[in-house]
Parts: sequence; structure tokens; C-alpha cells
Amino acid sequence: MFDIDVWQEIFSTIRKNKLRTFLTGFSVAWGIFMLMILLGSGNGLQNGVKQEFASNAVNAMWIWTGETSMPYKGMKTGRPIRFNNQDYTFLTNKVKGLDEVSSRFYLPGDTNYAYGNEYGSFTTVTCHPALRDVENIKLSKGRFINHKDITDYRKSIVIGKDIAKALFKEEDPIGKYIKVNDVPFKVVGVSHDPDNRNDRTAYMPVSTAQRIFNGGNRVHSFAVTTKMVTSAKQAEAITKEVREALAQRHKFNPDDKRAMGAFNMLTEYLRTMKIFQGIKIFVWIIGIGTLIAGIVGVSNIMLILVKERTREIGVRKALGASPRSVIGLILMESILITTVAGYIGLTLGVGIMEGVNYVLEQMSASGGGDGIFFRNPTVDFGTAISATLILVLSGAIAGYIPAKKAANVKPIEALRDE
Amino acid sequence: MIQINNLHKSYVTGNNSLHVLKGLNLEIEEGEFVSIMGSSGSGKSTLLNILGILDNYDEGAYSLDGHLMQDMNETQAARTRNKMIGFIFQSFNLISFKNAMENVALPLYYKGISRKKRNQMAMEFLEKLGLKEWAHHMPNELSGGQRQRVAIARALISKPRIILADEPTGALDTQTSYEVMEMLKQINDEGITVIIVTHEYDIAAMTQKIIRLKDGVIEEIIKNGDLKSFQAQYNRNINKPEHHV
Repeated sequence: MFDIDVWQEIFSTIRKNKLRTFLTGFSVAWGIFMLMILLGSGNGLQNGVKQEFASNAVNAMWIWTGETSMPYKGMKTGRPIRFNNQDYTFLTNKVKGLDEVSSRFYLPGDTNYAYGNEYGSFTTVTCHPALRDVENIKLSKGRFINHKDITDYRKSIVIGKDIAKALFKEEDPIGKYIKVNDVPFKVVGVSHDPDNRNDRTAYMPVSTAQRIFNGGNRVHSFAVTTKMVTSAKQAEAITKEVREALAQRHKFNPDDKRAMGAFNMLTEYLRTMKIFQGIKIFVWIIGIGTLIAGIVGVSNIMLILVKERTREIGVRKALGASPRSVIGLILMESILITTVAGYIGLTLGVGIMEGVNYVLEQMSASGGGDGIFFRNPTVDFGTAISATLILVLSGAIAGYIPAKKAANVKPIEALRDE
Repeated sequence: MIQINNLHKSYVTGNNSLHVLKGLNLEIEEGEFVSIMGSSGSGKSTLLNILGILDNYDEGAYSLDGHLMQDMNETQAARTRNKMIGFIFQSFNLISFKNAMENVALPLYYKGISRKKRNQMAMEFLEKLGLKEWAHHMPNELSGGQRQRVAIARALISKPRIILADEPTGALDTQTSYEVMEMLKQINDEGITVIIVTHEYDIAAMTQKIIRLKDGVIEEIIKNGDLKSFQAQYNRNINKPEHHV
């Protein structure tokens, strides 16, 4: 069927009806173009939001304490709840839904950093090694806090990029000692944050901080990663498990949101992704709807074409054309028009989205583009492939009814002289 | 070559049924040159369509070359047409966007012959019919006679056993008509059975056997020897209108 004669015949009919072919092709091209723009935009929005989540692990969870707001087992409201190192051990070993745990002890007041003649006031976060995974901390130099730092109460510190710049200028900070509230700490790593939010933050071992800054075994909050689950419901269940376990340990009502606060990122993430799934389905429906309009157009044109070519088809049949070869002729033409036109639409749509992507990247590279909820609005390869398949398929569908009609042309009727 | 026994054919349109062929019997030997005549509505075109397997019949039997033509699907019918029968039409029915050579080569395409070979064969046939210089012209660049000659070449190229011609001279002037008939005669001399439908007596008179249809049955068959008397009848028919003028 794929021989030169079929193509020659298809091209000669197309050449004879340039405008009509163009108009039909245009409707298909427009359909696929819109589909690509919509899908690209949907992806861009999704990627933008994903980027917002990317500053932390998607399965991150934060737990903090407050004062009770509900009476519980005869105890009054307004009772402060305090976490401690035993809670850390408990969360790490006993709570099944959690993966890694890092506890934090808030340093009282400002923390002043000094190195040589340079000094400044920066945020200090005390932590376990797990925080690196929870908050996706990126290191540009050295290492993060490790277990040995915790168990040996070492005075190690990881400083943010801006701190390093402020204190050390061009000098390499690794291995140097800086003074934190007049206590010397050894710089073991330099961190940087793609969103520039935590570049003025330093990380030190929570055990060391508790000992040096009179913390005892006091813990103010936990940053943990939960086990990866696939539904918001399951994520919610983990939050509940943690809340109930800690409520039991510290004797407060598990429903008391003021006694213990918790934020489970995974719940939010899964919910958001679900919304995007909905948007994606919606986009596909609109896109395919537009495409169907194009397909109907092609089908319509092909029907007219068959009508116009009735006599020719009759002659062919009289000369020995089998129904199959007639169907092939019409079907191939329809597939050719939809595929070529669709491909043009596809290329244009993807091209425009790539252009938008380029502009966006230029904007964020030049420092602007903050708060743009739109990133990498492109369509992936798989989608482009499935769109192409849809095109060929739709060409076949568009050609099917006309081809069937052509195959049913009776040579006698076609050849009758009017 | 062709045997037809008690052939019936009706056309049904809505609630109306039109009984066109009413128990027709006919035998045509291989190598005959036959014309079918009859007034419009006598069923001559229907008969030709059934002979060409372009249409099916309701009752009776039609054997072509010893094979019963019955209950064939479209594909089988197409193959038989391609192998056995060459068609010539009144309005030529050349494909307008193909040049003369490509039109002639078309039946070979459906035979599955390679492009190069069939174009070469088409050129040979066109040369035989004196149309070599016109091979690359489109049908609308040819005269009526040339177009019909291209159509004849197309009918002949698949080396059929039978040529079926529906009013082959209907759209041509007398001079060209006679040329086309001469050509058909030569084809017949090569042993191919030629059957033409015509309403022109002078054209019919050039064949060996005239089958006259009337109301779906054969009214009379005029054989070669009787043609002289037919000629007289033909002249009578010709002269009739003059009385009215």
C-alpha cells in the first residue's frame, strides 16, 4: 500500500484542492496547537508549584509545641508542653510512619558571629544530620553536621553562603574557627539555598548547642521526614500517629492543636498534585475536544472528496481496484493531511512553549522572576509521542467513514452518464 | 465464452420494484463481435453491467469462460474484471489528473506490475494506436477520438478475453466513430470477444451479430448473413424521420 502510486495520487488530489486541504489541515493544526499550549501551561504551572515545594523534602514534617488549650485528665489549660531528647529517641525508634528525625533547640536571643575583624548577626539552627534531607540543604563546600558531631558534642558549624561572604570575603572558611556568641566553632561546610532564603543561616549540632547554651535536654521542635505514601489520607494518618504518641507522652488532648503544632508537607503536596491531575485531565478534555472539531472537519472534507471522485473510484473499480485499495487511498490521504497538519501544529505549539521557557529562564537568570509560579512550561517527549499517535489515529477515524463510502461506490452508478 | 440462462434482474427503489431483465437467455462464443441494441429501458445497459460483473443478478445463471459468476465478493469481482474484461465507456472515463500513459497503465497497477514495466507496456500500446506523441498529455489536452483511443488502450493493456464497450462511439462524430469501430474490429481479429452496446444502426451493422432487446428479453438476434436485410431495415429507420419533416 505504501508505494509511490498511492502517494502520487494523494498528492495530485491535494494539489488540485490546495485551499480546501489547507483549511482542513488548519483546523487539525489549531487543535493540536491549542492542546500543546494548554498542556505546556499546565505543566509550567505544576512545575512552578513543585519548585515551591522543592526547597524542602516533599515528605517533610515539622512538629512544635505550645500551651494546652483544652483541659485534659484534670489538668488546666495554659500548661506549656516541652519536648526533650527522650522524645527524639522515641520518634526515631518507635514511630513507624517516620523516616528521619532532627530535633531543634532554639537559641535564646540573637546569635552574633565573628571572625577576625568581621562580625554580624545571623540565624542559628540547631539540628541532627537528618535536617539536611528534610530541608534539602545544599552544600557548596565541606560537609554537613554528622553523627560524630552529635555524639561527641563537637563544636562544628555549617554556615550559609552569605555568612561565609560576610565573615571570610575571598578566604576559604573550611577548617577556620569562628565565634558564635563568643564560643569558638569550627566551620566544616558552606551551604547555599537556590531560593536564597537560608543563605544567612548557620547549622550546628543540637547536642553541642544544648550543652553550651544551657539547654539541658530541652527540644523546641522537630523536623522529620515521613515514610513516602501516595495519598493525602495516608499522610494524614502519619500526622495523627505522631500527634497521639506525643500526646500520650506529654499528657495533653491529641485534638489540642495549640499544645502541639504539626505541619505535614506531604499532605499538602499530595493534595496539590491531585489538583494538578484534575487540571491535566481538564486540559486534555479541552484539547481533545478542539481536536475532535478538527477531525470532524477532515472527515467532512473527505466525504465531499469521495462524492466528487465517485466516477473516478467507479472507473478504478471497473479496472480491477479491490475495495481494500480504494479504502487505502482515501484513508492514506486523510491520515496524511491530519498527520502533516497536526505535526505543524505540534511543532508550533512546542516551539512557542520553548520560547516562553527561554524567556522565563533569562528572567530568573538575571535575578528577576521571583514569585513566578511558572517554570519549564514544556511538554515532555512522551506526551508529544502520544499526541502524534492521537493524530494518526484521528486521521484514520476521519478517513474511515468516507473510505467506507468510497468502497461501497457501485461502478455502475458511478459510470452512468448523467 | 458467455452463457446466460433465465437471467432476472430488478431494481428496487423505495417501494417501487422495476423488473428490468425478465428471464433472458444468451450465448456468446469466444471471438465473436456482438452488438446489443434496444430502446432505452430495454435493459441493454443492465445486461452489460451484469456481463462486466459490475452488478449482480437476482435469478438465473451467468457463466463466464466456464465459471459461474455468482456470490462473488467485491475483491473477487475486482480480480475477475481485472483479468478477464476490458471496459470502454461512452464518456471515456479517463482519470483527469493522470496523463495518457498513466491512464493506460492503471489496470496493470491493480495487477501488481511494477511502475517501470507497466509504463513501458503502456507506451507500447499507445504506439500501436498511434498516440505515442500524446503519451504525456493530460486527457483534457486530447480530442474526443484520441481520448477514446487512450481508453481502448487502457482496456486492452491487461490482455482481457472480452471487451465490453458501452456506447463507445456515442460521444464521437461519424468519422471518428468509424475509426474507433475499425480499431475494435482489429481487436476482434486478434481473437478477443467484443461486445458493444449501441443505439446507432450503422455502428451495430459493423458487428457480426446484433442482439435486439425489448422489455427485458431478446426480441431477435440478427446474424452476420442477415445483415443485408438489417441494412434495409436500418435505411428504413433512417428515412422515416424525413417523412415527418
